[in-house]
Amino acid sequence: MPTKSVPQPKLVFEKSVPGRIGCNLPRTDTPEVDVAAAVGAVRDSVAWPEIAELDVMRHFVNLSHINYGIETGFYPLGSCTMKYNPRINEKTAALTGFSHTHPMQPEATVPGNLEVVRQVEDILAEVTGFDEVSMQPVAGAHGEMTCLMLIKAYHESRGEGAQRHTVLIPDSAHGTNPASAARCGYDVKSVSTNAEGNCDIDSLKAALDGSVAAFMVTNPSTLGLFEPEIAEICRLVHEAGAQVFCDGANMNAMVGTTRPADHGFDCMHLNLHKTFSTPHGGGGPGCGAIGVRSHLEPFLPGPVLKRVDGVAVYDHDRPLSVGRVSGFHGQFLMAVRALTYLLAYGKEGLPDISRYAVLNANYVQARLRDHLPPAHDRPCMHECVLTATPYKKLGVRALDLSKRLIDHGFHPPTNYFPLIVPEAFMIEPTETEAKETLDAFCDALVAICEEAKTDPEALHNAPVTQVVGRLDEAAAVKNLDVRWTPAREPAKV
Amino acid sequence: MPYIPHTEEDTRSMLATIGVRSIDELFREIPDDLRLKRPLDVPSALDEAQLYSHLKELSERNVDLTKTTCFLGAGIYDRYVPSTVGAVLSRGEFLTAYTPYQPELSQGYLQTIYEFQTMVAELYGMDVANASMYDGPTAMAEAAVMAHGLRGRDKVVVSRAVHPHYRQVLETYCWSLGVEVVELAADSGATTGFAGLDEASACLVVQTPNFFGVVEDLAAARAAADAAGAMLVVVADPTAAALLPTPGSFGADIVVGEGQPLGIPMGYGGPMAGLFACKREYVRSIPGRIVGRTHDAAGRSGFTMTLRTREQDIRREKATSNICTNEALMALAATVYMTSVGKNGVRRVAEDTVRNTQYAISVLTKAGGRLKFAGKVFGEFVLSLPKPAAVVRDALLDHGVLAGLPLGPYYPGMEDDLLVAVTETRTKAQIDHYAACLAEVLK
Repeated sequence: MPTKSVPQPKLVFEKSVPGRIGCNLPRTDTPEVDVAAAVGAVRDSVAWPEIAELDVMRHFVNLSHINYGIETGFYPLGSCTMKYNPRINEKTAALTGFSHTHPMQPEATVPGNLEVVRQVEDILAEVTGFDEVSMQPVAGAHGEMTCLMLIKAYHESRGEGAQRHTVLIPDSAHGTNPASAARCGYDVKSVSTNAEGNCDIDSLKAALDGSVAAFMVTNPSTLGLFEPEIAEICRLVHEAGAQVFCDGANMNAMVGTTRPADHGFDCMHLNLHKTFSTPHGGGGPGCGAIGVRSHLEPFLPGPVLKRVDGVAVYDHDRPLSVGRVSGFHGQFLMAVRALTYLLAYGKEGLPDISRYAVLNANYVQARLRDHLPPAHDRPCMHECVLTATPYKKLGVRALDLSKRLIDHGFHPPTNYFPLIVPEAFMIEPTETEAKETLDAFCDALVAICEEAKTDPEALHNAPVTQVVGRLDEAAAVKNLDVRWTPAREPAKV
Repeated sequence: MPYIPHTEEDTRSMLATIGVRSIDELFREIPDDLRLKRPLDVPSALDEAQLYSHLKELSERNVDLTKTTCFLGAGIYDRYVPSTVGAVLSRGEFLTAYTPYQPELSQGYLQTIYEFQTMVAELYGMDVANASMYDGPTAMAEAAVMAHGLRGRDKVVVSRAVHPHYRQVLETYCWSLGVEVVELAADSGATTGFAGLDEASACLVVQTPNFFGVVEDLAAARAAADAAGAMLVVVADPTAAALLPTPGSFGADIVVGEGQPLGIPMGYGGPMAGLFACKREYVRSIPGRIVGRTHDAAGRSGFTMTLRTREQDIRREKATSNICTNEALMALAATVYMTSVGKNGVRRVAEDTVRNTQYAISVLTKAGGRLKFAGKVFGEFVLSLPKPAAVVRDALLDHGVLAGLPLGPYYPGMEDDLLVAVTETRTKAQIDHYAACLAEVLK
């Protein structure tokens, strides 16, 4: 593979020349004042760059050239649902009527915004089966945390707040689940997964007692498998007086086919940046809408948008609300994008999202099964979890296969998650990838698996086609350099 | 099927490879009684032209801030956004990427985050900054939770001059953790007394300029926090921070802020970007992501996420926060803004804000308002009116002026007080128009 001859980019600070400016700012025409007299003491100047506008654009455009997005190529990162982010969504979110509104404007001046949010809430309520939806949480983990807060408030309202201090979480769960539970002051207990890849009912029964506040279940699980006993699981948890939360990270497998509320869940979060196509933006913004059954509705973060005579209005009178969880009305411009997406598919098309996401994942699983066996040999849902253990004896790890995929022009899948699968290789193709893309990816991976047998060194050295090779992450921690300093020496923290 | 590329032939051949006859067969593990056996009750599909018209029609029901002149601030400001910001954000390589788990494919984004961390730390006069939080209010709540963990104390003390929504979010986060929140009076428009701050307090939280636009005395806050052995958390508006002495120079332990004024559209309040900076001794307790510089085997310099053992995907319930997805794209907007406006521009934005604010004070007080508080203000002030502020605000809307925020709903007894914000984007003519209309409304 040829090594890319991209020069190492300079930091923006190294391009700065005193006296330059990178934009044409508004000029004020009010009378001059003595600024120091008006505000009291003032500081020295802020050492931000001084760069002309063209060079600002070149700096960031050139950096974009050494970054990989869905629009660059296939991005099968398991658990992240990297589907196409339709460009029409960007166009509607940029409409001045939305983007130039202030969150504290009088409600009567923003009926369009309220209608957008309520329409998204209505559609998401129908898709998930829940009675009410709130758009205030701003990311998936934030939605999880908010749901646990609702559960906490619910138990407190029944006088069981202190007694129910434990949250049960399967050993296959995303790290955000235990972290969110801890964030709400809960103790965390793990529930095992059985040999078939399902929740181990005996392990659950053994853990269920009067101290349990909630069970957090990801369905389909992070193994890419639907929990066939989910209704029984919900029944058992309810019988113990606890609540069941659905981690909705994997909703992309269920749209129009099956609804979490019908499984017996009490509440769930949705990642609009996964299932509902809002862009991941290099790590955010997300949007963590939550759905709840009516018994949790009084505790929703306020204010709550209601329909009164068909018109969307805020209900501020929420005496039992857990309170506000983010500054204003959640990720409003993400709601605009999600509504655009939902209406692009509509009644007729929404179930196709899941149908083709599941088809693509099973196709990849079938094409790779002789080289990377599935962790559980069952039909998968929207993602497949394979294992690279056959290559371990050759000294090749899942990460080596992944890094070599980069040299073939693909973003690697998720590795080493879920934690219970050795050498996990978690592939989520999504429904927006064409057969020939999946074929090219599978062909590359098969070739890499063959290469592992003949030339494992090539895999250990990968990638060799990017501006940098594998980075020394231990050195990054040991010689912590997290900001540039004008002395041109890395700041040692 | 928009966005789904499968032809009938593709589907047939893929099903054959899998060894099933239909897509339905792939769903056979879902018990029959859990299947949805009817079409979803949602609107029918729209084509792209219909989608645009539908959303445009909804957007036009709003009175957006191109249809009225904005003097409303309260934490979200109508500042100028250079054209460079939108141009960079629309690049698919940035827009459609995710968290840089594979640093070799993400050097572009990682470098911008390193630059973001550097510029935020420089702005606040702090040692280190993280790669963004959700928004200002959650950043403040996270700072208080971090102080609670570091100090091992179960009480947080916050000034009533801190933005009411910030305090509401703090209250929610602290309630769920069993941490007590105590509020300090600020009746004169600034935090004057620190009674309630004691040896049980993890931190003192103040905002500067505070919710009323008044510059707080950070030296006094630092001294009070020190006397109690508490940490000092400062909420600082980024534009004002470019002009006022830095929170770092007063010894703040953690500084947080709302990044929206740095090139992010108001967007009805979301998405935003929370700024978070602290002293270097606390870097291992920071919530969220941090990017560091390191090198590869060939000695080439490169960037990667670092101090990962603080994070939820590694440490699970022992993580410093539950944050996974953050606000990277909005942090990128801020990075492009800070680079475009730069050292010289940001000072001008801050100074023009002061100039416009002083002019607004002079003409609005002549038009019948009265400046409520005596303290020095930056870009916002409280105007006392001879009538209920909500009535005046509504009357001025008919004149095309969004006059500010009536304070009664947040501070009982302040029903006649209006919080007025004036940014660098306001002109003399707009401010004069506001004053003329106010005089008429108050007649």
